[in-house]
Amino acid sequence: MNAATAIRQGWKKVFGTGAASERPPPGDTSHGTILYLEDISVSFDGFKALNALTLYIDVGELRCIIGPNGAGKTTMMDVITGKTRPDKGSAWFGITTDLLTLTEPEIAVAGIGRKFQKPTVFEQHSVLENLELAVAGDKTVWPTLSTGLNPTQRERIDEVMTTIQLQDRRDMRAGMLSHGQKQWLEIGMLLMQDPQLLLVDEPVAGMTPQEVERTAELLLSLAGKHSVVVVEHDMNFVRSIAKKVTVLHEGHVLAEGSMDEVQADPKVKEVYLGE
Amino acid sequence: MNQSPVSSPLLKIMLADRGTQIFLVLLAVLTIAVPLLHTLPESSALGVSGYTMTLIGKYLTYALLAIAVDLVWGYCGILSLGHAAFFALGGYAMGMYLMRQIGTRGVYGDPILPDFMVFLNWKELPWFWSGFDMFWFAALMVIVVPGLLALIFGWLAFRSRVTGVYLSIITQALTYALMLAFFRNDMGFGGNNGLTDFKDILGVSINAPGTRVTLFIASCLALALGYLACRYITVSRAGRVVQAIRDAEMRTRFLGYRVETYKLWIFAFSAVLAGIAGALYVPQVGIINPSEFQPINSIEVVIWVAVGGRGTLYGAVAGALLVNYAKSYFTAALPEFWLYALGALFITVTLFLPRGVTGVGAKSASKAAPAKAVTA
Repeated sequence: MNAATAIRQGWKKVFGTGAASERPPPGDTSHGTILYLEDISVSFDGFKALNALTLYIDVGELRCIIGPNGAGKTTMMDVITGKTRPDKGSAWFGITTDLLTLTEPEIAVAGIGRKFQKPTVFEQHSVLENLELAVAGDKTVWPTLSTGLNPTQRERIDEVMTTIQLQDRRDMRAGMLSHGQKQWLEIGMLLMQDPQLLLVDEPVAGMTPQEVERTAELLLSLAGKHSVVVVEHDMNFVRSIAKKVTVLHEGHVLAEGSMDEVQADPKVKEVYLGE
Repeated sequence: MNQSPVSSPLLKIMLADRGTQIFLVLLAVLTIAVPLLHTLPESSALGVSGYTMTLIGKYLTYALLAIAVDLVWGYCGILSLGHAAFFALGGYAMGMYLMRQIGTRGVYGDPILPDFMVFLNWKELPWFWSGFDMFWFAALMVIVVPGLLALIFGWLAFRSRVTGVYLSIITQALTYALMLAFFRNDMGFGGNNGLTDFKDILGVSINAPGTRVTLFIASCLALALGYLACRYITVSRAGRVVQAIRDAEMRTRFLGYRVETYKLWIFAFSAVLAGIAGALYVPQVGIINPSEFQPINSIEVVIWVAVGGRGTLYGAVAGALLVNYAKSYFTAALPEFWLYALGALFITVTLFLPRGVTGVGAKSASKAAPAKAVTA
């Protein structure tokens, strides 16, 4: 690499004026698997949050991840989204994108969307503005300063607004929404990014039974078009949506299979029921 | 269909806000009325003395500084306690030009060297003083020096994800370090006396009534343009990203925005505005010295913004004018009372008027306006 190229790339890195075509490519899923986590270990001050975790997610799959507190569920999401770097192991998005070399925004742009445990929407912004912020497109400073949305992006906003059933809350401040509506708005924000993989952390915590039901429908309708990974404590909810469940314990996979299979697994019984 | 920056819908949104309308009308009235009333004899009831006009002009440069702080603090959540440093740097750049304009009229009569350099027995002009005999160069430096410092400082701070109170503290350290440096005689900026005894600007006497009027009008225009530029930024999509960063930085990052880059640009732009304000301040007050870098100055600016109401821009203007008018009044009438009054004002506003004095009348209706940006 000569000096001029180095300077140009450095400039782009610092000032973010790179063209959209130079973004990390979306995951290449020609092998049918969207996410490869292999032998990942993370420790915090000697505590092993993840211990040689190996996990594969298929294209279009809806996977539920359960496990007791401290099993490493959130840390796993942090590793996938670039928030935490593992001590060892590898994480690939498709077969061409090495997640461990990308920053959080780059991973988001590459096609991994994340919903946090606590609903995080922009409370001071309207519902519409929240979706607008999340819209897929050039996210560097100059385009957002000088241009509005294009018609495709506007259509996409309307589409997602309908999917999450907030059309009549369009101009309401997101802070005024109910807890459940905030969760849906956040899922909507993920959808705006057109992600190939959705990571959803505790989507039904604090929801009313009706809201839980609608969330289940929403997530089921997303699977197929996207790969969805749901981390959830609510066993009834997991049972209602899951085809395949992964049980995490002490930072590694304890069991994997259908809900009935994992519930019948003696290791899982021991961890959950202390038998 | 991409909206060009100047297309009418966006301009409409920029001006849709009631506070902005009131501010622009009042500023236009001030720009025209004060120079007109200045032409009346001072003895008449409506006459505005040169002193008063220059005082208002000074307040207007403070208002521009307050807008700069509101942009980073009110909209992006970066509590900068070092913005007076950028203001002072812009002021020094202008002061250096004004020093070079003195020529042989200094006490020592040296055609090139300013008096303080002759006094220090310096034989030639330091390299960083060259070029400042040209107005265009000085004007460029007014923008480049604060902007560049903000880019470097911001790049280091934001890249390391320094936020919140830690960032505030290092901005204080920045302005304090600059103050100590500028106090030193060997820095070549006049030590603790600073730069003063200005004679001419652009070849005309700096104290001539016409120059005073011109400087006043220039301050009004700079404030109006600075305001509109900030308003443009805040109603653009980038402005909503910036406010999103303020409210939930991590979420914004996971939406794919390079948070550091946004912070860096908004911080640098704000520093440039502060520099321009400083450059207009110096010829009107006639002096620039290192006390402008005092940490307390930057804190006072934050108080102006808090008093006026942050995150509105016009609130920053109102706060700057109000607090500085009160300061001028109190320091003349009850000098020992001023700091208590300022402290009491800050506490009262923080406790009882979280949205500042302009927030009392304003309804939250202004929120609806930017929302339309998407559909417009």
